[in-house]
Amino acid sequence: MKKWMTIALALALSLATAVRAGAQTKVVTTTEDLASLVKEIGGEKVSVESLARGYQDPHFVEAKPSFVIKLHSADLLAVVGRELEVAWLPPLITQSRNSKVAPGGPGYLDASETVKILDIPTGQITRAMGDVHPQGNPHYWLDPGNGRRIAKAIEGKLGQLSPKDAAFFAQRYADFDRRLTEAEGRWKAALAPYKGAKIVTYHRSWPNFADAFGLDVVGYVEPKPGIPPSPAHTLTLMEEMKRQGIKLILVEPYFDMKTPNAIGRDTGAKVLVMTPSVGGVKEASDYIKLFDYDINLLVSTLKSQAGH
Amino acid sequence: MYDWCIDIHRTRRCAAVVVAFASLLTAPASAQVPAVPSAVPAQAPAQNDPQQLRQELDKLRQEFEAIRDAYGQRLTALEARIAATSGVPAGTAPGAIPPVTTLPDAPVNPPATAPVVAPAAAPVPPATAAQVPAGAAGAEGPQGALPVYGSQAASSKIFNPDIAVIGNFLGAVGKNDVAPGPAFDMSEAETTFQAIVDPYARADFFLSFSPEGVEIEEGFLTLTSLPGGLLAKVGKMKQQVGKVNTLHPHSLSWTDRPLANINLLGGEEGLADSGISVSKLIVNPLLFLEATGEVYQGNSGVFQSHSRSDVSWVARLRGYRDITEATNLDVGASYARGHNDAGADFTTELVAVDATLRYRPLQRALYRRFLGRTELFWSRREQPDGRVPAFGMYVSGDYQFARRWFGGVRYDWSERAYDDRLNDKGPSFVLTFWPSEFSQVRGQYRRIDFAEGTTSNELLFQFLFSIGAHGAHVF
Repeated sequence: MKKWMTIALALALSLATAVRAGAQTKVVTTTEDLASLVKEIGGEKVSVESLARGYQDPHFVEAKPSFVIKLHSADLLAVVGRELEVAWLPPLITQSRNSKVAPGGPGYLDASETVKILDIPTGQITRAMGDVHPQGNPHYWLDPGNGRRIAKAIEGKLGQLSPKDAAFFAQRYADFDRRLTEAEGRWKAALAPYKGAKIVTYHRSWPNFADAFGLDVVGYVEPKPGIPPSPAHTLTLMEEMKRQGIKLILVEPYFDMKTPNAIGRDTGAKVLVMTPSVGGVKEASDYIKLFDYDINLLVSTLKSQAGH
Repeated sequence: MYDWCIDIHRTRRCAAVVVAFASLLTAPASAQVPAVPSAVPAQAPAQNDPQQLRQELDKLRQEFEAIRDAYGQRLTALEARIAATSGVPAGTAPGAIPPVTTLPDAPVNPPATAPVVAPAAAPVPPATAAQVPAGAAGAEGPQGALPVYGSQAASSKIFNPDIAVIGNFLGAVGKNDVAPGPAFDMSEAETTFQAIVDPYARADFFLSFSPEGVEIEEGFLTLTSLPGGLLAKVGKMKQQVGKVNTLHPHSLSWTDRPLANINLLGGEEGLADSGISVSKLIVNPLLFLEATGEVYQGNSGVFQSHSRSDVSWVARLRGYRDITEATNLDVGASYARGHNDAGADFTTELVAVDATLRYRPLQRALYRRFLGRTELFWSRREQPDGRVPAFGMYVSGDYQFARRWFGGVRYDWSERAYDDRLNDKGPSFVLTFWPSEFSQVRGQYRRIDFAEGTTSNELLFQFLFSIGAHGAHVF
């Protein structure tokens, strides 16, 4: 009898969770940054999954068929846009057989539509400039102001898809906004003494971050976006770094360390692996912790360099 | 205008527009040859008075000259206008439109070798209407301002499809007595046009320009919003028989196709035909599973249709599963059946099994990957001397060992579709260099022991380069 009761209870429980799962809005995002922001706004009313991992170069994700299944049942697809996912997302959307999440569909959100975009090329652009993004730099989420704008867009979209929860999402947005504003003050204060610090980065992933926190990116390890380092460019860069006394190189976790380390040895600059995405390192487990991690690392390095 | 005509409520308005348009078209024509209608009423009095006829003729000549002058003026004005807009002398590329976009951060000291296309003068704003002298009075020519077509402001351009061209240049040195390719061959310029058609469909065209001519390599409509997890394609497509048959030359890991594809699937072109393909996603918690059914006209590669009902059929089942986040396994099985070139009563059946193992660590995805693949083909071809069961296969491995470098090997073994006593076999070794995502250089050493008893030893090389829209990568 007891055994039957247990089984019945377990059944009822699983049924209840199934019903609750059914009521959840199923969100798929291309990156973990967007997934984290969706979690902030959606809470337990949504289930969210990211296709790319934070330690993966978001330009070079493979269009795996397992992603097709995820998109097939999604209610909402949130993308970074600005052609970041152009090499892998379009065939996935076609194969998903889910027109809701196709561009123009009710469940498609391009997070770049309401944010501040930098590096929009003006004038003639050609591939001689490397893999340029004609619609501007897609690494825009690294400005907390843009994080807030993306969160607002997500709030609007989730409210549209599930109007009865709109107030819930609005309240969660307000809470996130408050926590983000508070954290932003903390981050800016921590970096204030190093305003205008000159740095070199591997890829052009950090213009919005530098813009938000007053850093000055003066060079790149890549000679051109998407083009691997060349000896000639590396030599020029090292000379420039010595001339300007640049002591910091930021590298994304998915790039080879050989060239940055060689530059570091020659110029005495410190090579920092900073993650541009949530999930890039274990500690950066959500959007606010991403900045916490990166800024702690940056500030402690700048502090030790200033001490010398 | 066509849309208006479809709308039944606007038929009258539409008719009015059509009539107006027709009269516009005919007006200049009747003006140019006024002699014909005028001559008819003039005929009767002319019999009475030759003098009057002569006057009539003079008047007509004057009118004609006036019209000719007016048109001449208008032509000159237009030519001048075109020359002014394009910034080049009239006659050179009249279709060219000046770039209105600003120059990239105008350098203080322009380089000595200034690009030819950059106009030194301030860009001419796109003219919305060109001023031309009004037509001569009574000529009934088009009056006033003429519209300028292809103006920069035309926002219809944003609906243009994504266009890309992929060049495939092949070269070969060494000895091959059985199937020698040319020393140099600009083998193909594949032009792709891709766009969303409407909320329900997208279209993809792959046109192949090669020394043999222009061919629709593929061109199909994909219906993306069908219910029940269905996806349908209509058009000319590469048939889903195995894996390599569905790939375009630039997506292959080699400069050539495996011998099994050439011997059993109908050569370099492979199986591609006009037809309909429907595939269904079989959703389950274990793996990605997709079933595809296709029907084709019946003329491709090894198939030949002798009557309208001689269609060919393809069925395919594909399964995929992630083993870890870096490793995955992709397997498929296909069956195809159609009539062949031996006659109306003879068919060919194909069975293909393929397996692909991929390894690509996510964090090192730029620098490392491995792809191991094998495909097995069984062909059963009916011909006058009986049924020929032929088998072919290849097994290959590709390894990326640096950001820009790939090495690969392949071993081929295949009987021939029309005689299973003949078989060709041999290894290939491939080295590929990627200067960027948009170009690659490849060398391949290939040895084939042909059934004829001869052996070929060749060094094949290839340049692949792509311009235009950034296409998605094939998985």
